[in-house]
Amino acid sequence: MDIQTIKSPENLVYTKPALLNDNYMHYCPGCSHGVVHKVIAEVIEEMGLQEKAIGIAPVGCAVFAYNYIDIDWQEAAHGRAPALATAAKRLLPDRLVFTYQGDGDLAAIGTAETIHAANRGENIAIIFINNGIYGMTGGQMAPTTLSNMKTSTCPEGRNVQTMGNPLKILDLLALLDGVCLATRTSVHTAAAVKKTHRLVRKAFENSMAGKGTSIIEVVSTCNSGWKMTPAAANDWMVEHMFSEYPIGDLKNI
Amino acid sequence: MSEEISLMKGNEAIAHAAIRFGVDGYFGYPITPQSEVIETLMEEAPWKTTGMVVLQAESELAAINMVYGGAACGKYVMTSSSSPGVSLKQEGISYMAGAELPGLIVNVQRGGPGLGTIQPSQADYFQTVKGGGHGDYRLITLAPASVQEMADFVALGFELSFKYRNPAMILSDGVIGQMMEKVRLPEHRRRRTDAEIREQCPWATLGKTPDRKPNIITSLELDSEVMEKNNERFQAKYRLIEANEVRYEEVQCDDADYLLVAFGSAARICMKTIELARAEGIRVGLLRPITLWPFPTKALAARAGKVKAMLTVELNAGQMVEDVRLAVNGAVPVQHYGRMGGIIPTPEGVLEALKEKVVR
Repeated sequence: MDIQTIKSPENLVYTKPALLNDNYMHYCPGCSHGVVHKVIAEVIEEMGLQEKAIGIAPVGCAVFAYNYIDIDWQEAAHGRAPALATAAKRLLPDRLVFTYQGDGDLAAIGTAETIHAANRGENIAIIFINNGIYGMTGGQMAPTTLSNMKTSTCPEGRNVQTMGNPLKILDLLALLDGVCLATRTSVHTAAAVKKTHRLVRKAFENSMAGKGTSIIEVVSTCNSGWKMTPAAANDWMVEHMFSEYPIGDLKNI
Repeated sequence: MSEEISLMKGNEAIAHAAIRFGVDGYFGYPITPQSEVIETLMEEAPWKTTGMVVLQAESELAAINMVYGGAACGKYVMTSSSSPGVSLKQEGISYMAGAELPGLIVNVQRGGPGLGTIQPSQADYFQTVKGGGHGDYRLITLAPASVQEMADFVALGFELSFKYRNPAMILSDGVIGQMMEKVRLPEHRRRRTDAEIREQCPWATLGKTPDRKPNIITSLELDSEVMEKNNERFQAKYRLIEANEVRYEEVQCDDADYLLVAFGSAARICMKTIELARAEGIRVGLLRPITLWPFPTKALAARAGKVKAMLTVELNAGQMVEDVRLAVNGAVPVQHYGRMGGIIPTPEGVLEALKEKVVR
């Protein structure tokens, strides 16, 4: 069978979503961001929301998220994405407004904006990438860095006595009445990617239906920051991250 | 203009003017002496009439970033605060300037530094006109000297801000914000439709339509060559604003031997000083900058050849005086008189300073 036959439309079982453009991603090979971007693009397309979607990009590795998904985007100051999203959604209630934030952005510098947007029950979706490290700035400690985990600012491992404990911010957010969906997922297996797709769709549906704030924490790898191969990083995540950040719904109304 | 005349505080006038102008969103955080802005808006409940969004944010930082988010959608959005809160807003103001977003910020100044006092001050002049946030940017700055101007500058601020895609500030103070005066509020205008915004602001993130590329609002550019070009574009815009948008008022300047230079509440006090001085035979005039940036440099330089000396009167330790000295470039002596920490100068105090520091 020649390649053209294999590539014929009737044999097509998988394709890149049209909203995901052909720009080369700046993400490291093995990084979770690319997969999550793809899932978001798929869901927007599936829901027919291309003309209604407004994404808010963070500061961190995903700062250039706007280069890859062909919708309108706003680039926020570090941690402020939920404030931008609050205004955009309040002023344009029929649009899909979502933020895409890392652990430093959402759980350190933007804690106040995150908690208060969620507490007001803003009708936004928050996609939260938790890889336990600051990737963009070169691998420093994040609020979600595990106990004893080594980073460039805790080279001997995170000492929880002096550096604080891994922050389970999703647990805090799930307590708030404004939150309708607080769930943890991952994208390290095909099944996990499918599940994440379903959750992102639920979050976007919640946003459009005005049900309140949806937060999807994607427990992720940063193989460069963790200094591991992509496969080893996935194994390490399953072994260490999942016990601190258990996969599953904390709240799903 | 309607014939309807009301009596109200400057802060209340800002709120009423915002509703009538068709502002889409106000995001703020309470702080004395400007809390009447958000209180009046909540009382008026414009979301029931014009559809204007009014939201009490969790901090000034969140509020200015909400302004960023709303402005990125091409909406008329604003915030107000007082000095310590405006310090917190500097991050967002710099990002707005960098992303070339329009929007209106009101600062009803109080005395600093730090928590300072809740009494009036003009000590945020440097912060406002020299760029309180990071990077090379300028903030269109309007200085109202009456409750009427508080109301009028809402429209003017938005007009200039959208014309140049640059944030604008109404730099007021506790006197102008708190005092009650007669005001003629502007006529009601309806809020713009999304279609009108798409037309006026083709850059706005209202959702990508098939006929255009994605709109991306960002201040980020990692390529230094491109970032320098962006800065050159900003600077060219600032030069255009300086050429076209200077506003000032001259009072009894034609025969003046001495010139007072003052803005906002200090200018109001100087009006009385002129009367007192002229009664004593001292011919004094006033040049009141209405735009603090762009600054009326040329108007001051023109006056420099006609007066013997100038005195700036400010509710601070001497900030605008530096710009006046730059404007006259040594052609005439320029002195400063100011009170600090929330103390308001008296007309007699200004007259005394005029005689002591300037009149020869």
